[in-house]
Amino acid sequence: MTAAPPDLECRAVTKAFADFVAVRGVDFSVPAGSFFSILGPSGCGKTTLLRMIAGFADPSSGEILIKGRSMREVPPNRRPVNMVFQHLALFPMMSVGENVAFGLRRRKVMPAEITRRVEDVLARVGLAGMSGRRIEQLSGGQKQRVAIARCMVLEPDVLLLDEPLGALDLKLREHMKVELKKLQSEFRTTFVYITHDQSEALVMSDTVAVMNHGVFEQVGSPRDLYFQPATAFVAGFVGDANRWQGRVEALSGNAVSIRTEDGLVLRAHAADGALAASDAVAVFVRPEAITLSREPAAMLGLDTGIAATITGILFNGANSRALVKVAGQREFEVAIPQTGAFAGLSVGDVVHLGWRADQARAYRAPRP
Amino acid sequence: MLPHIPTSPWLRTLYAAYIGAFFLYLALPLAVVSAFAFNDSNFPALPWQGFTLDWFIGNAAPRIGVFNDGAILKAIGTSALVSVWVAGLAVLVATTNAFLFERYAFPLKSVLYVVMLLPLVVPGIILGISILVFSSRIANFAQGELGLRINALRPGLPLVVLGQFSFIATMATLVISARLRKFDRSLEEAALNLGATPWQAIRHVTLPYLMPAMVAAGLVSILMSFENFNTTLMLVGSDAPLTVTMFDRLKQGSTPVLNAVSLLLMAASSLLALLVILFQRGARR
Amino acid sequence: MTASPAIRRITLALLLAPLMLWLGLLVVIPHIDMLLLSFTEKTGVRQYQPGLANYRTFFVEPVYWTIFLRTALMSILATLLTLVIGFPVAYFIAKLARGRSKAFLFLLCLVPFWVSELVRTFGWMILLRETGLVSGALQALGLVSGPVELLYNDAAIMVGLVYTSMLFMVVPLITALDSLDDSFIEAGYDLGGSGWSILREIVIPHAMPGIVSGSIVVFMLSLGNYLTPVLLGGKDSLWFTGAIYTQFITRFNWEQGAAFGMLLLVLSSLIVWLGLKLSGQTLSRTVG
Repeated sequence: MTAAPPDLECRAVTKAFADFVAVRGVDFSVPAGSFFSILGPSGCGKTTLLRMIAGFADPSSGEILIKGRSMREVPPNRRPVNMVFQHLALFPMMSVGENVAFGLRRRKVMPAEITRRVEDVLARVGLAGMSGRRIEQLSGGQKQRVAIARCMVLEPDVLLLDEPLGALDLKLREHMKVELKKLQSEFRTTFVYITHDQSEALVMSDTVAVMNHGVFEQVGSPRDLYFQPATAFVAGFVGDANRWQGRVEALSGNAVSIRTEDGLVLRAHAADGALAASDAVAVFVRPEAITLSREPAAMLGLDTGIAATITGILFNGANSRALVKVAGQREFEVAIPQTGAFAGLSVGDVVHLGWRADQARAYRAPRP
Repeated sequence: MLPHIPTSPWLRTLYAAYIGAFFLYLALPLAVVSAFAFNDSNFPALPWQGFTLDWFIGNAAPRIGVFNDGAILKAIGTSALVSVWVAGLAVLVATTNAFLFERYAFPLKSVLYVVMLLPLVVPGIILGISILVFSSRIANFAQGELGLRINALRPGLPLVVLGQFSFIATMATLVISARLRKFDRSLEEAALNLGATPWQAIRHVTLPYLMPAMVAAGLVSILMSFENFNTTLMLVGSDAPLTVTMFDRLKQGSTPVLNAVSLLLMAASSLLALLVILFQRGARR
Repeated sequence: MTASPAIRRITLALLLAPLMLWLGLLVVIPHIDMLLLSFTEKTGVRQYQPGLANYRTFFVEPVYWTIFLRTALMSILATLLTLVIGFPVAYFIAKLARGRSKAFLFLLCLVPFWVSELVRTFGWMILLRETGLVSGALQALGLVSGPVELLYNDAAIMVGLVYTSMLFMVVPLITALDSLDDSFIEAGYDLGGSGWSILREIVIPHAMPGIVSGSIVVFMLSLGNYLTPVLLGGKDSLWFTGAIYTQFITRFNWEQGAAFGMLLLVLSSLIVWLGLKLSGQTLSRTVG
């Protein structure tokens, strides 16, 4: 018995425009029922990729398969995918119910059946009895749910979502993240979600692809991306990190010793394959991976330990940071654990900092 | 249908052909009018007799070209005079209207706004006769009861100016109001804050900002005045503007001198329209 | 602005004055005066009395109300034709053309309307008359044996009306269709819609304000047109504006002319009002 084909598969998909290549040889597959996100800065090609899956653009080369069936020459209105548009594209001239019924009417479903299925899907997204409302009477979150219901009523193989949370305010966005994840597990439909917001991608997804300049830099679980970023871009883009430029001074296996441009010596883990002595590298250390202490003894057992002076406190509740500086070197950020132990920390204090070598990830510096 | 959505090729071709045919339909009458201005024949009709400039510069009957046709030249002068008056009045009143409707609240504002729009939906010929009726009643009253002869209230150029103004002012008000609506009031507040009087703030900040729209409205007014026929026809006296003169000639049976006038008119209005576009582009900044 | 209330009141009065003069003396009072005149009967030389005689004439003489009805029906037909011909063009310019070619096509639509209506009508006369280009072309193609007169009939009037009104239909349609974001059409396709169902359920409902405002203006312009029927329809054009002109200028029967004018105004306003009501629009939003 052969395994069921993945819900969505892209094989070497490339999209070239007259003057640039938007998507370059992207390969991936999304197993049935999973939440897959494509995360990247604006202009990275993620929207083009999504529009090719929906059928609004043709790949220059490569192939897109849905449930194992090639989508070449299949127009968008015949594809078993539906899309939640960036600004939702709810038809303002129709009521909520008419919006949701639009696709069913196209399929010539019987009116009674349409009414039943519309009410049913509206109830599932928590909008029972709202089918008579006009679109402009809805709140931002309700519009999101109508847009999803309008697609889900058609039972697509894959639901595409084009940054639908972008227009919402912060509080509602936080709420909708959780809600979207719940809806996805409830409907058990494959979601392909594109966003430039890492927190959306990390919170909701089973798998995240980080995209940059038209290629996938890394595909993995949110944890993988955070703890084992495969490239310098991912290390810098996912989560926060202090970044140093430097050169390899000594190495044994993957453990390297690096001297930064301003003279700091630190131990790091070679994250993208073997490095050689005097290679130019970029080193990333997350502020929250740095141990902070007033006592030098706390640095025992850590691979890098330095003393620095506090130059600024950025208080932000759980995300509070200290700006620290070693004389003659650049400032960098350290997370302040909010346990109370550092409540009295103030500018000018001398503190001790340290981290394990595997928390400092070194990547070969891109050629200038 | 959208450019990137697959559509059957023959439908696309059919659509493109339709668009082509449409623009041909738009261009045809104008092309024909222009071409026959150069036909070496006494009638603007087939057959084509060869190329001539007689209809522009000829000076012997029956071939009197535009530049030697006294009646036509006079009519052009009349139209120009009328259009300048209309444009001047329209821009002036439109500017005060724009400030009134955009900046002030007063009783019956919305009613007045709708009344202000009405001249655009009243047929031009009715605007013409209503003004004719009213002005004649006043003139008759003045003559009968007061013994005053007020020639300006009898059919003639002053009435033509007023008749055209009565609806062109609406258009000008819409253009200038639209621009004033986009004006950032904080610029005026800044001027006041820097010591300007309210009038100086308007004079040095707001009016310069409105200027592109005022110029555009003025040019469009000139264009509309030159082209107007219906309202003018009912109010015209002995001095006829160009459209009325041409209409009379056309009814008598035309010579290609009318083609020549038309060609010149087209050239002039294209130039004017180009100016309008340039000014509105300026206004968008 | 921080002007004192007194200054503000004076400014308001100064700004109101030109508006009131314009609307009062050139729009409102003249129309009231015309209304009064239309209810005045001429009983002898310089003898007048109030009465309904002018309106009675209209309803009693079949020739007048026939012309009236004919003008109205032909104007409705011209409006429909303009809409049907103009809509695909507007859609093409708004949704299919891109960048420079879009701006260019839009400009091309405007060009004929920078030229006086008289010149445009003159062009059609040259094309359609017996010695005209269309007749010549038909003969050259061997479709007809001798010159054909295509002028002075209702079809010629229709061609002229549609031509002359096209801009006022196409521009509001383009504005309306331009504001329809592509994503609505894409969403229609994405949900399984076909070109036709998307046109009917998404594009046309969205364009409705443009369709209404275009239709209102075109209808009004056709109804009030004088040049086109007279020049392309000839002596028997039987257009109601012609009847008004005859009463005013040829017969010098202003009372009758005023009554005709009121009837035309009422019809025109009625249709405008009906159009606005049916589509739920307001005049300020449609024209302003």
